[in-house]
Amino acid sequence: MQIYLPIAELPISVLLVLGLSGAVGFISGLFGVGGGFLLTPLLIFLDIPPAVAVATVAAQVAGSSMTGVLTYWRRKALDFKLGGVLVGGGIFGTIMGVLFFNSMRRLGQLELVITLAYVTLFTCIGGLMLFDAVRAALRDRKGKPARLRRRAGMHPPWMGLPWRMRFYRSQLYASVLPIAGLAVVIGFIGAVLGVGGGFILVPALLYFFRVPPAVVVGTSLFQILVTMTGATVLHAVTNQSVDIVLAILLLIGGVIGAQFGGRAARNLNVGSFRLLLALLILSVGLRFAIDLFVPPAEPYSVVMPEGTR
Amino acid sequence: MSWRRLAILAAMLAAACAPAGAETLIAALSTHRIAITSNYTGDQLTVFGLVEREGRTAARADPYDIVVTVRGPPRMLIVREKERVGPLWINRQQRRFADRPIFLSVSSNRPIDEILSPDAARRERVGLANAQRTPAGREFEFGIGPYRDALIRILEEKQLYSQDERGVTFLSPTLFSAPIRVPATAPTGSYEIEIVLYSGGAALARQTTNFEVIKTGMEQSLASGAHEQPLLYGLATAALALLFGWLATTIFRRD
Repeated sequence: MQIYLPIAELPISVLLVLGLSGAVGFISGLFGVGGGFLLTPLLIFLDIPPAVAVATVAAQVAGSSMTGVLTYWRRKALDFKLGGVLVGGGIFGTIMGVLFFNSMRRLGQLELVITLAYVTLFTCIGGLMLFDAVRAALRDRKGKPARLRRRAGMHPPWMGLPWRMRFYRSQLYASVLPIAGLAVVIGFIGAVLGVGGGFILVPALLYFFRVPPAVVVGTSLFQILVTMTGATVLHAVTNQSVDIVLAILLLIGGVIGAQFGGRAARNLNVGSFRLLLALLILSVGLRFAIDLFVPPAEPYSVVMPEGTR
Repeated sequence: MSWRRLAILAAMLAAACAPAGAETLIAALSTHRIAITSNYTGDQLTVFGLVEREGRTAARADPYDIVVTVRGPPRMLIVREKERVGPLWINRQQRRFADRPIFLSVSSNRPIDEILSPDAARRERVGLANAQRTPAGREFEFGIGPYRDALIRILEEKQLYSQDERGVTFLSPTLFSAPIRVPATAPTGSYEIEIVLYSGGAALARQTTNFEVIKTGMEQSLASGAHEQPLLYGLATAALALLFGWLATTIFRRD
């Protein structure tokens, strides 16, 4: 069954979109990542104009993270205080990112910046996480604790910077500065790449701040929910490229997938959780690397300048 | 007297008796409006035409040829080329093509090169490569050729550009029809149809008409809503997203 998308201006198979968004929604609920970094390239691959894909995925990510936030909130696996600090920094970073985005677009190198950023970011983060997950798994097999336990008075130096704050739910007593700084960086990257940033936020909270995995996912989803709801409205106002019909299709698939993903996350142990997320991120990075390193079959491409549709 | 000579004589006679423009073209479209609805997957329309000869005109020696050219709304198109830089393949060069039709279809009753000479085809903008040029047609920019070829090749792959050497069918010596396929990805707007009658390589008559591709009903109100009330549209989409998220948790709630 085909349905015509009024903003993207092409017909698309309903079942295909539902299947794709369901699969991405499952991953989103499982790992607490928005899923935008998977869905946006998939939609572009289906011939949907990039601007429409980025803007519409923002709406879908907002919807599926809403489901996640409610689920984790009910299970009390969400730290609103930590989430609030992240949102504050994230908004500042997003504004900086949009300014950088526009200046690169004026220079005509936006596409290269985006591809290079995807490759370096995804392969580095994915690779690091994979290395760490494998090391933890090996240590686990030898009977040692998989992860060094936190002890009183033992913490990375950046947590001891001024303006320390107590985040009870995250069992964290740390300076606000590095947390807000992290949020600024993620907001910046998110705005430039058109992704929520959960795939960076989750590992960063896990590794740099030792936030318990149970709380990390819910808190990350809360930050994504706020920024992506804002991004949907901003995209609609500034470039009119949010396709509401596509958004509804993506939402139906996404929220259902996220439900099952959220349930599956409870039955997943930390080790395999990190290993799977690492492999997923790494494979997206490698996929973009192929575009960059393999000689293209068709070296030419035709584009319509934005704003002429 | 051989048949060949007779034919030449007849042609000379015809040329002498019938001044240019002795033929007129009458054309009609099966529809002047293609409406985009929610189940739109492209559409097809048919051009019907009749060659009308003035009563006393002698028959021409050469058969009639018809070329139907359909041009979609013009757009600025940019063609980029990937080049190798170190180990990387990145977009380096680009060329801009102003006011190019993003939809182009050329149909004829036989191959274009049999109907008229390459020079005439270039002059009269007949055939894909010639028809996509702007009427001003100054294209002497150095090295633009490969980019123009790539533009045509890529749009042909997307079925936005097409050339059909058997697209025009003569139902009788003077009555013809040509189906025009409009793919779902063709843009909305006004489409120009140019029908030209040739005989012996010379254009005898031409006729232009047009049709439009427009969004109707639901698609129309959503698209105009997005452009006229962007804030409301954005807030509605965001609210819908959150509603869906909340609904999913209530529906799937087990505990």
